[in-house]
Amino acid sequence: MQDVIKQNITKELFPGLFREHRAAITAGDYPSLTVQRDNAIRRFEELGFPTIKLEAWKNTDLKESFGKEYNFVLKPEQGVDVQKVFRCNIPHLDTAIMGQLNGWYVSKDVPLMELGNGIIMGSLAEAMKKYPALIEAHLGKYADFNTDSFTALNTAFFMDGVFIYVPENVKSPKPVQIINVIHHDQNLFLQSRNLVVLGKNSRLSLVHCDDSYNHQPSFSNVVTEICLGEYSSLDHYKLQNLNNASTLISSVYFQMEASAQLESHYISLNGGLLRNNIRLRFNGPHGDAKIYGIYLMDSKQHIDNQVFVDHAFPDCISGELFKGILDEHSSGVFNGHVLVERNAVRTNAYQSNRNILLTETAKVNSKPFLEIYNDDVKCSHGSTTGQLDQDAMYYLRQRGIGEDSARMLLMYAYADEVISRIAIDPLRYRIEDMVKKRLQGELQICEACVLHCNTPEQPVEFVIDMTKI
Amino acid sequence: MRYRMQDTGYGMRDTGCRMTAQVKMHESRSAGMSILVWNGIGIRFFPTFVSDPRIEKICVTKQVLEYLNDLSLQGQLVIMESDPDNIINEVTQSDYKYGFVTEIETEYAPIGLSEDTVRYISLKKNEPEFMLEYRLKAFRHWLTMKVPEWAHLDIPPIDFQDIYFYAAPKKKKQYESLDQVDPELLATFDKLGISLEEQKKLAGVAVDAVIDSVSVKTTFSETLSKYGIIFCSMSEAIQNHPDLVKQYLGSVVPYTDNYYASLNSAVFSDGSFCYIPKGVRCPVELSTYFRINAANTGQFERTLIVADEGAYVSYMEGCTAPQRDENQLHAAVVEIVAMKDASVKYSTVQNWYPGDKSGKGGIYNFVTKRGICKGSNSKISWTQVETGSAITWKYPSCILLGDNSVGEFYSVAVTNNHQQADTGTKMLHLGKNTKSTIISKGISAGKSNNSYRGLVRISRNAANSRNYSQCDSLLLGSACGAHTWPYIQVENKSSIVEHEATTSKISEDQLFYCQQRGMDAESAIGLIVNGYAKEVLKQLPMEFAVEAQKLLSISLEGSVG
Amino acid sequence: MLLSIKNLHASINGKEILKGIDLDVNQGEVHAIMGPNGTGKSTLASVIAGREVFDVTSGEVIYKGRNLLKLAVEERAREGIFLGFQYPVEIPGVSITNFMRTAVNEVRKFKGLDPLGGGAFLKLMEEKKKLVELTSNLANRSVNEGFSGGEKKKNEIFQMAMLEPTLAILDETDSGLDIDALRVVANGVNKLRTKDNAFMVITHYQRLLDYIIPDFVHVLFEGKIVKSGSKELALELEEKGYDWIRKEQRDNGIAG
Repeated sequence: MQDVIKQNITKELFPGLFREHRAAITAGDYPSLTVQRDNAIRRFEELGFPTIKLEAWKNTDLKESFGKEYNFVLKPEQGVDVQKVFRCNIPHLDTAIMGQLNGWYVSKDVPLMELGNGIIMGSLAEAMKKYPALIEAHLGKYADFNTDSFTALNTAFFMDGVFIYVPENVKSPKPVQIINVIHHDQNLFLQSRNLVVLGKNSRLSLVHCDDSYNHQPSFSNVVTEICLGEYSSLDHYKLQNLNNASTLISSVYFQMEASAQLESHYISLNGGLLRNNIRLRFNGPHGDAKIYGIYLMDSKQHIDNQVFVDHAFPDCISGELFKGILDEHSSGVFNGHVLVERNAVRTNAYQSNRNILLTETAKVNSKPFLEIYNDDVKCSHGSTTGQLDQDAMYYLRQRGIGEDSARMLLMYAYADEVISRIAIDPLRYRIEDMVKKRLQGELQICEACVLHCNTPEQPVEFVIDMTKI
Repeated sequence: MRYRMQDTGYGMRDTGCRMTAQVKMHESRSAGMSILVWNGIGIRFFPTFVSDPRIEKICVTKQVLEYLNDLSLQGQLVIMESDPDNIINEVTQSDYKYGFVTEIETEYAPIGLSEDTVRYISLKKNEPEFMLEYRLKAFRHWLTMKVPEWAHLDIPPIDFQDIYFYAAPKKKKQYESLDQVDPELLATFDKLGISLEEQKKLAGVAVDAVIDSVSVKTTFSETLSKYGIIFCSMSEAIQNHPDLVKQYLGSVVPYTDNYYASLNSAVFSDGSFCYIPKGVRCPVELSTYFRINAANTGQFERTLIVADEGAYVSYMEGCTAPQRDENQLHAAVVEIVAMKDASVKYSTVQNWYPGDKSGKGGIYNFVTKRGICKGSNSKISWTQVETGSAITWKYPSCILLGDNSVGEFYSVAVTNNHQQADTGTKMLHLGKNTKSTIISKGISAGKSNNSYRGLVRISRNAANSRNYSQCDSLLLGSACGAHTWPYIQVENKSSIVEHEATTSKISEDQLFYCQQRGMDAESAIGLIVNGYAKEVLKQLPMEFAVEAQKLLSISLEGSVG
Repeated sequence: MLLSIKNLHASINGKEILKGIDLDVNQGEVHAIMGPNGTGKSTLASVIAGREVFDVTSGEVIYKGRNLLKLAVEERAREGIFLGFQYPVEIPGVSITNFMRTAVNEVRKFKGLDPLGGGAFLKLMEEKKKLVELTSNLANRSVNEGFSGGEKKKNEIFQMAMLEPTLAILDETDSGLDIDALRVVANGVNKLRTKDNAFMVITHYQRLLDYIIPDFVHVLFEGKIVKSGSKELALELEEKGYDWIRKEQRDNGIAG
């Protein structure tokens, strides 16, 4: 079997690729997963890749991303120098770090950790072998491959990713950080899968970083399923800092059981084409979900945030606030969809999307959509696109602050509404710092990833230390 | 405020809403107000040119009285009051009031649709060659198109071969006077409250009444022609002003635009044509009443309004349709052209038969309305109150091409029972410093679905443009749906676009407050809904506003429970 | 002479507001500008500060011997012109500390001074806060966000103290203030008065002038200064009301 296949992306490529490598792909499967994969690839054949003719993809054209040649890696790289790849110099950020390189979970020698308090974390592939029943109860239950071709493709092909399980009544003592790095001297096509399960009344802070360390093109199709059990609480951070040649299709499926609480933060600083599919379902009453996003795009970067919130049960609260600053030739899309089903009485939902365009060539498409089928609701949405507040500009300048500094201050203040909600202090300080640098045009990929290493050559400052978990 | 009460000896009618009374215009008034009543549904009053003493029926609110009072008409009005404060008593009246069929001998085109049908229509209307060609081009294009399915609507398949595409009152004559008009037809207008006979005397408003697609009589075109204004039926315009028609027809809504617009371009029967010459401010509100009458006849209206440089016109379109069991298709096209410094205000009150409580019957209202602000500083304003039709699918739009041009869209859409509405607007900003405002108020009740769908597009060259949109939905009852689909596209940095929307149910506090003051739930809802829609209603010409208020309440009847 | 305004005409959206202002201000002087609402007092302040929405159609403004009208807003500010806003703008997300530090250091940079370090800056802030009797904790609050009317105006005086302007224009700083806040604001101004700086106090009422004693009082009416005098003019105005000015103008108009 070839480990690396070099190909352009076409719909026709994948079914053959799947059949050819089915044995290798399904080697670690429990029986029902293989059936799922077979169905998924069939569904993918029916659906094909989305085109701009589809409403949900109208403003995001994948043609250019597909036009490149990519390598499909079917086996993890051997002998990765973990210490060289993962560094983190965020001062005082005390997290349990899980590393992912080019879609594969990496560790020195322990692929799956079981902690004293019952928390399990590590490689999904490994977990499928060790805890098939636990995985089977959740995997593929939230990410519906019938409606989304990228999820179908991921379901058919994924071979590894991150798995986190927090048992009932357990509060994770420190944040867990997934660092997903793309670093290869070839163009890569990646399809990893993550599963996070929070038991009843448990609590977790999860920091999920997507980074690239060089300028090599890549295409990631990542699916993450997160199940929040009853009364559980998740603080979720998604940090995206990829190079301008990268395409990331990130699909996160949140399943909110009764009284679950979620705060999710999407911080997108760089990336060639970023597509965040965020799908959230309230699967019981009294859930509370807040989703925040900030995106700072320039050059020809494109970001597309698709947020779907399904109020299927009564008494749930959802809130979305997505703010963007678009510079140069960049483009932004916000597509929010709140569905309030017939029986979801006393629903409270709001959506807000705000954009600032800095140039005549940047553009924005915003579509906050409310679909409501019962009358006992409080829903609102808002969308604004414009420039910085001219009165505030005048006020700052009257105090002697130059135009550029004033603009910077106001842009930072604008982003601050989202950033100030980051609950982990060291992380917030770092993000604040990064946003400032990003706004001054200093932060670029390789020079500084989300972890902000000053130079790639610099010695390792943070070593993955499994004993710290 | 006091009004002199005087018994004129004419019959008074209590509509259960506000007051209906006799009004005697003072004989000596030379330029006052003429008042026209739709029996029981509203008031229209217009500035008049003539001073004929006459008597009219009136149904007014206090607001109107105040208005009349402001105009120093006090003392010349004879008002008998029934219950002025209770605006929504009418809510309790149940069935659709305007459902009746006029027995007029009708001439039909052969049933179904083919090139022959198109030729038949063109021949019957004695059209010049260019029109036939236009229709055939449209028809051939239509054949290549698919029924659009993107709207949030559940539309049963329409069998176009089972529709009469043309129905005209037989033995059409050039009427010398109203006496020659079929008395039954006149009676229909009478039932609608549009008495042509009286209208003929009622100066001020030139009414182009359209019944089943053929304009029967255009009144007062002579008065208007004094100003150089052309206001006539589309058929007449094709005969008498072919150059203008050729120049502007299809210039805003091309025959390729969409499925129903193509269909309309192929088979449109008649409609209104209006041309306001340079610098003329049309002194009266122009209005056309549409009415679908013959069973199973598609109504394909075509309206074209051209306001030349510096011109102004306010145009009103109102509709009621008789009750029917089969669904009827209405696919109209309205085109507006506003040249430099011109301003066009287009108001609609749409009250077609919505079907019965179980969702049977009702009009399919698939309309393409679009205006272009061609010259700089031009303005187009759409106001609509949509309470009728089983299915409504329309997006009155503005193409803001001229610099500093302004587009406005004010809408109230009410759906009840099984009604469906997918309506909104498109504001396409192409010129610099262009401004648009969108105020949409959706009200859903019963098992209905009500969607707002609006596009705001600021193109790269539309520097310093502004849009403000506010789209609110009110839900009455737990079985209805309210949906908001705003599409916002901005391609330059100097423009500001703001969109706000809320969806909520009717406030329990407000309801309780009203009920505590002795109102029943339906009255209270009528009152609150009227307040909710006020921002839009106030955009309507006065006579429409009153009617619209009543319609809102009537459409929501039975929604409490 | 610090500031010399000659025949200044200014308009907004084609509408002329200032119709020929003449005014000279020397260092060490306090000028009160009074007049009914809508006569151009705030416009005059904005034009001196350099607000771009106003078009100067004719006339000249010489400040420290230079053509002021050629300078951008922030350049004028760095040259020592401070405008206390009638309606201070709320800027969510920008902390006062960060805001003032940026402003102070930009002004210092312009004067060729080194920027103040964090410690020195905080010390300066505490000092000036005390000077203007500002007790609220500003450090973590955004500029003017959620401030009461009085707090906003005190914050303007505080900023004035921080920036040490040569010409301070206070645009209706007294409006909406209770008597205690008014006293605090006035004390702040009086403490900052030196022989080297000058103040233009724009006010509708006389009461502020009980606390800030002006050297000159000017009455602005329909875009022109129609009367100038000593502080007694303010009292006379208070007594006779603006109708007095209106009538006088009308009479003059008829006479002329």
